[in-house]
Amino acid sequence: MSRGADVVATLALAVRMLARDWRAGELRVLAAALVVAVASVTSVAFFADRVSQALVRDAHQLLGADLVMVSDHAWDPAMRRAIAARGLRDAEAWNFISMVRSAEAPAANDQSPRSQLVGVKAVSPAYPLRGRLRTARAPGAADAPAAEGPARGTVWIEERLVSALGAPVGTRLRLGRSTFTVAAVLTLEPERSANFFNIAPRLMMHLEDVAATGLVQPGSRVRYYLYAAGARDALADFEAWAAKRLARGQHIDTLENGRPNVRASLDRAQRFLGLTALLAAVLAGVAVALGTRRFVERHLDGCAVMRCLGAGQARLLALYAAEFSLLGLAACALGSALGFAAQGVIAGTLADLLRAELPPPTLLPALRGLLVGLVLLLGFALPPLVQLKNVPALRVIRREAGGPKAGAAASYALGLGLLAALLVWQAGDVQLGLTIVAGFAGAVIVYALVAWGALKLLSSSAVARRLGARSLALRYGLANLRRHARANAIQVASLAIGLTAVLLLSFTRNDLVDAWRRAAPPDAPNRFVLGIQPDQLAPVKAFFAAQGITVPDLYPMVRGRLTAVNGVPVDSEAYEGERAKRLIERAFNLSYAETLPAHNRLAAGRWWSPAQAGAPQELSVEAGIAKTLGWKLGDRLTFAVGSDAFTARVTSLRTLRWDSMKVNFFVMAPPQLLADYAASFITAFRLPEGREPSMNALAARFPNLTVVDVGAAVRQAQAVIDQLINAVQFVFLFALGAGVLVLYSALVATEDERRREAALMRVVGASRRHVTGSQRVEFLAMGLLAGVLATAGAAVIGQLLARRVFELDLPPSAMLIVVGPLAGLVLLSLNAWLSSRKVLRASPALTLREET
Amino acid sequence: MATMDASQKMIETTTVLVARGIGKTVKSGDRDLDILRDIDLSVTQGEAVAVVGASGSGKSTLLAILAGLDQPSTGAVILDGSELGALDEDARAELRGRTVGFVFQSFQLLPALTALENVMLPLEIAGIAGAEAAARAVLVRVGLAERLQHYPKHLSGGEQQRVALARAFVVQPKLLLADEPTGSLDADSGAGVIELIFDMNREAGTTLVLVTHDESLAQRCTRIVRLAAGRIVAEAAR
Repeated sequence: MSRGADVVATLALAVRMLARDWRAGELRVLAAALVVAVASVTSVAFFADRVSQALVRDAHQLLGADLVMVSDHAWDPAMRRAIAARGLRDAEAWNFISMVRSAEAPAANDQSPRSQLVGVKAVSPAYPLRGRLRTARAPGAADAPAAEGPARGTVWIEERLVSALGAPVGTRLRLGRSTFTVAAVLTLEPERSANFFNIAPRLMMHLEDVAATGLVQPGSRVRYYLYAAGARDALADFEAWAAKRLARGQHIDTLENGRPNVRASLDRAQRFLGLTALLAAVLAGVAVALGTRRFVERHLDGCAVMRCLGAGQARLLALYAAEFSLLGLAACALGSALGFAAQGVIAGTLADLLRAELPPPTLLPALRGLLVGLVLLLGFALPPLVQLKNVPALRVIRREAGGPKAGAAASYALGLGLLAALLVWQAGDVQLGLTIVAGFAGAVIVYALVAWGALKLLSSSAVARRLGARSLALRYGLANLRRHARANAIQVASLAIGLTAVLLLSFTRNDLVDAWRRAAPPDAPNRFVLGIQPDQLAPVKAFFAAQGITVPDLYPMVRGRLTAVNGVPVDSEAYEGERAKRLIERAFNLSYAETLPAHNRLAAGRWWSPAQAGAPQELSVEAGIAKTLGWKLGDRLTFAVGSDAFTARVTSLRTLRWDSMKVNFFVMAPPQLLADYAASFITAFRLPEGREPSMNALAARFPNLTVVDVGAAVRQAQAVIDQLINAVQFVFLFALGAGVLVLYSALVATEDERRREAALMRVVGASRRHVTGSQRVEFLAMGLLAGVLATAGAAVIGQLLARRVFELDLPPSAMLIVVGPLAGLVLLSLNAWLSSRKVLRASPALTLREET
Repeated sequence: MATMDASQKMIETTTVLVARGIGKTVKSGDRDLDILRDIDLSVTQGEAVAVVGASGSGKSTLLAILAGLDQPSTGAVILDGSELGALDEDARAELRGRTVGFVFQSFQLLPALTALENVMLPLEIAGIAGAEAAARAVLVRVGLAERLQHYPKHLSGGEQQRVALARAFVVQPKLLLADEPTGSLDADSGAGVIELIFDMNREAGTTLVLVTHDESLAQRCTRIVRLAAGRIVAEAAR
């Protein structure tokens, strides 16, 4: 036969073998595991593909201009002049967070005008320079492009704000000292991609209305944007000119580096979903390995016969590789189709968050699914399959020849390596990826070792003699445990892995969410007031006293920029890690106090003494940021405040609880050092239930203050997080499915052998009771062991997650401790019952005949 | 034994199987155990040779070596003109597929395949077209026309062995190797299978090497080779 005809003949035979094995039910668990893994991975990949396509599609208007300059302080008018001088168009926007209130009379059953934290964007009429704003008359109504931004005296608000405030077009809203008319519902802004994960809904207003609101004061957190668009050369010339004149806290965004934060947060969300999806793939790998092993054990004789009938080693391997590849391709195709359907659910779940029309996905994610399917097949099915090729034809005469090799763990090295590479790639972080891989591998090894040791101990002659004296079934069951110690240990470990996944997803997740909700103490402040000017201190305190609310501590806040450490000018590029760079880039909120705030703890050094004369050049730094930025006691930090600068030495490190909801500062100084600089004050306090109207009175009296309702902010954040959790939970369903498949394949892995043994026992006269009894003993011991291991595993992983990731104290869950081992017991009891029914129903002769 | 007296050339063309000085030694603990010693055997086309002996006499080991399923420690086997020792495992498998049909005591049917599919298998492995029609015909010949779609577990022992026989004959082998073909069968079924083996052997002009401890079965062959403790102790043509 020619080589081509050979390939065709091999493929044709492989197709027939696939059909026959499928019919015999040999491949179903395997196929299901592959489908689950591929569906899981592609669902997230399809979704990610759509999001990144949306980002690319919107790239030209992502910035709202060709070039955007961002600053944390107002732009020098010279910049605008320089843009105009080059024949470029320009626009301006200020972004800040504020509270907006409905100015309409409250409805009869409404106690107070509703207020809401909003992301204000004040724009000049020319904004945007690229792309168009779109507005509608009412939520859900058809929208149209707007010729220019909001007219003076009017605001445009996002749809969700319309419902939150009960403020349709035509109603009036209070923002700071001013009142505005809602003129339109904002449906699209060019920089919308930037809003993918914004918590505060958008309110857009005219730039020239800002001053009258009194919202922008010294110390206010405002981002100042300057936009430019026009001829490429002029733009490049301006960019080069401007780049040399940027101050600290200012930078230029272009399409190339634009919106790294948006991309970063999207990347993080997708990475998290992707890792969850891969968890399903890892579990599926275990199921594939177990399923293939069973397949191989059942095909050893057949392979020996085929070799006898003329099939060479290479031919056999080619046949089985082709059969499995065909199965893999079919499973990947089905998995991808399921993944495609599932991504619709993810996109639907996150619809509010995305607020952008997503383009349909490409086929690329299907390739990714195919890759995962191939890795699973190559890594976990091929090693046992290769054993088939090595079955000697002699086995047809001598059955003991060429049994399956135990301890083929090394042969899975390729699969584990590939899977590890996939995980690292998905995690986008070598350390995180390797931690997951090592954690999983560690769990498998520890589970198997503990199970093996425990089974050995339980079935050791001393224990068995004592326990087995009373019952024959018990003695035989324990003897079985000893004889199958190795296979049983693998089965218990696989079961425990599957069960761990199930317990972790069902119990620990809920416990974690509950613990997180409980973390904020009940008396935690629920309101922040920002932007209190020095001359407002006394009136604000008087206001609180008059309202009968405990006058809270007011902390001064001076905005300063770190310019040097130990005399060396700082350069954010010199710092490692996104967080460190960001901390260095942005302005610090410096505060001062005579005494250590009550909710802070001194971790190192000493606090300044109040009696100290002169202006001590001392600073107290939060321990965490000191670690991140590599600051030590004794380091000299130089801060620029306005046009001045000061240098002081770090003399103490503090620890604080950020989740206490109290006012906290990274850097504090003695009053003498900072009192002369322009400061605004900030406070946090707990507003008693039912006292909300007093906050409206506060805002009415001091319009420049920003009152942040932490509860509302948390609720808004919670809504976003809930959506993310829903999406993750949905993807977890795949992992759960894979876990169940692992459970199932671990259970059926030894079924054949047990059936044969049971048949033999019945042939030699064992009663039904005896057969079922000894199997029950064996299964119960294994079930209990798997349940206990899985419970311990889920508890340990839960604690690690709680402490390392969520920084929470997670009390041990009584429910988990009871349900975990019980689940193992119930599962294996059920299996023992089903398997003994099968064994007892079939005649021993038939069972034995099948084996010959 | 007319061919034995013919020219050397004649012997080469009509001798299907030659074993020269076959020995098989295995390690048992720290000492060597001789399973076969100095076996010389030549089987000509159309012959029916019975290899008989008590359990442990080395019959099955000899059969495995003759078929190229196992390697001798010493000596050489020439099957259909090819020396097995000079071939690699894949080439031996290919030669087997082309030349040899097998019948085993334990049938060795694939449990996931129907009777028809079991018989089609060797043709499929060899890439021969028309496997299904050929397999059907042989199954009809062995009296299983009604059992084509049955799985082995739903067939009686005698029926399973007849499927195995059909599988062996479907490739029209030059040589049929049978290892205790009635060892797992009751007397009636065994007798039926034996009749079939000899009938089909005659019809196809196949050479038969049959390992058995059943004297009455051996008596139906044209030659009996008697093994004891790994040696040929007697050889008689009938």
